[in-house]
Amino acid sequence: MEQFNYRLDYLRELESESIFIIREVAAQFENPVILFSGGKDSILVTHLARKAFYPAKIPFPLLHIDTGHNFEETLTYRDEMVARLGVRLKIASVQELIDTGELTEENGFNATRNYLQTPVLLKAIEDGKYDVALGGARRDEEKARAKERFFSHRDEFGQWDPKNQRPELWNLFNGKKRPGEHFRVFPISNWTELDVWMYLAVEKIPLPSLYFSHTRSVFERDGMLLANHPSILRRENEVPFDEIIRFRTIGDITCTGAVRSPATSLDDIIEEVATSRTTERGGRADDKRAETAMEDRKKQGYF
Amino acid sequence: MNQEKAELLRFTTAGSVDDGKSTLIGRLLFDAKAIFEDQLEAIRLTSERRGGDEVDLSLLTDGLKAEREQGITIDVAYRYFSTPKRKFIIADTPGHIQYTRNMVTGASTANVALVLVDARHGVIEQTKRHAFLASLLQIPHLVVCINKMDLVDYKEDVYNNIKAEFEKFSFKLDVKDVHFIPISALKGDNIVDRSQNMPWFEGSTLLYYLENVHIGSDHNFIDARFPIQHVIRPNTDEFHDYRGYAGRVAGGIWKKGDLVTLLPSGFQSKIAKIDSMDGELEEAYPPLSVTLLLEDDLDLSRGEMIVRENNQPNVEQDIELMICWFSEKPMQLNGKYTLFHTTREARCVIKEIRYKLNINTLHRDQEDLKIGMNDIGRISIRTTKPLFYDSYRKNRITGSVILIDEGTNATVAAGMII
Repeated sequence: MEQFNYRLDYLRELESESIFIIREVAAQFENPVILFSGGKDSILVTHLARKAFYPAKIPFPLLHIDTGHNFEETLTYRDEMVARLGVRLKIASVQELIDTGELTEENGFNATRNYLQTPVLLKAIEDGKYDVALGGARRDEEKARAKERFFSHRDEFGQWDPKNQRPELWNLFNGKKRPGEHFRVFPISNWTELDVWMYLAVEKIPLPSLYFSHTRSVFERDGMLLANHPSILRRENEVPFDEIIRFRTIGDITCTGAVRSPATSLDDIIEEVATSRTTERGGRADDKRAETAMEDRKKQGYF
Repeated sequence: MNQEKAELLRFTTAGSVDDGKSTLIGRLLFDAKAIFEDQLEAIRLTSERRGGDEVDLSLLTDGLKAEREQGITIDVAYRYFSTPKRKFIIADTPGHIQYTRNMVTGASTANVALVLVDARHGVIEQTKRHAFLASLLQIPHLVVCINKMDLVDYKEDVYNNIKAEFEKFSFKLDVKDVHFIPISALKGDNIVDRSQNMPWFEGSTLLYYLENVHIGSDHNFIDARFPIQHVIRPNTDEFHDYRGYAGRVAGGIWKKGDLVTLLPSGFQSKIAKIDSMDGELEEAYPPLSVTLLLEDDLDLSRGEMIVRENNQPNVEQDIELMICWFSEKPMQLNGKYTLFHTTREARCVIKEIRYKLNINTLHRDQEDLKIGMNDIGRISIRTTKPLFYDSYRKNRITGSVILIDEGTNATVAAGMII
């Protein structure tokens, strides 16, 4: 018998699955938006959206929840990418809501605007009348995310109810909703951190320089290296020093830890991730606040 | 490293709370080095706080607060690990609450089902239920893991008896490929490394099996089916007349120049191009997402299907299904539901409930026809427009449907077309 040779390697299979999900969003929803943080996962989602609709442009805008505590490199990358792809960019600013008094900022040494992103995101979704927001969350990131659906239903308060999720079978995704409700859709649910890096390398996708090794002024807190930046209040004994580092995830400056690394290319990063003994979120201060920190934030409407 | 050439294998695990399912998964992840130091540290602390002596590997898979508090698993959880040969996605399904619903969900996309049996208890009702659901969902490969062999002194006759008992039951089921492996998830026997305690077992270890089982034929490469998912019209100067039919190949192998028939119109055309952002493709096959361009200027839309003239699916409005019910509100005879089938949406009415299946005994109950949460039954429906379908046995994609409650929008049933 003739042996079939029609096998996809796993990166192509993941790509096909993600493209299917993104096209399903275009077909089932009126007003989608892609959540764009400038991190590798949202860069990947945006790249896959290009593939899904080629040769047409991505038919959705990008939405950046701007904490005001950004790395300069992230914003540069974002603006270049938006210009290159010819997509619309919407920015929802945490600072603006603080200025108008709708939000109150945390104070002190561990202050972060991470939690303030949730109300800003929910308000942006409401204001933009978006009925679905595509995000780059992956199930391998965190234990609460391991139970997330591709199509994740949110009630009129933007809340997630983990005990009452819709079962997802075969290729059939139920995006039905009532007015005022919305969905979060996670096209790269089944990708791992290593898969993302391998694919970015195969596809030769440009990335923010923060992901690659560079010298930066940092200081140490609770075993983590944080950037020495005006957004973070340092204690007296937290003395900044220069170090050769890179970032494994990119978020708000105040809670994104750096790792000591000489990795200057995607191949170096893949090597490093493949042999790494800690998860990428191990450097995220926001997950360390409580054992169920991610689950609690997700229920309230976090990414 | 040549890992990007590796294949993807999806498997589902089924077992009850005490079968050691979470321990088995924890063991696979641990031995395949997919557990990171910070995760291990976190569960070590939790194990200690609860007064356990050993690191409780099941804590790795129990993600939600309520689950860890109660020591149970509520929902399907997905886990990932890879070896140089394959990348694995595990759909870890709980053994008790809403069992059927979760197992059916996890099983719908799986290549392999692992069924756990406690060596001390042998084949119990639940084992039969798991095996039956695996056959109902047409998971191509079934592995019966006879676990806790360490608690029966690794005795060969215990293994043989359970195997014989299982086979007595499973010959009635529609499963093509069944394997048996004696293991101890706790001690690591026959998971990744061959057991020193069971020299009598000549089969492969679980990981070796998962790395090598032939999954190349799990898709249907014969019957060409392309449900149109989305129409791409760039409306730019460069691509002025471009009209691409985007979708994921549900069956068959497609090439440029193929003569095709369009459903429901019955019109014919030819494939002008198989397109992607990476350039034109020579061929498309499942499960690729591609864009097909036709030679003729036809106005097709989502929910229509591209097929071949001499190999067409059924086109019907009256459809027979096996159904698994997911909602607390029982199925309503003569009730109307929204139906999703491939990329097609229709409404349907439940015309007849033929029987309810007792999944422990496989008895067909024609008296009690109330289909409630987690029940399985055979029904007939009529749809508002024709579906282009194959039997589920022939194609899991063109043979499956979901039903949606029109009031709550909840997904209330999974259906497999007979």
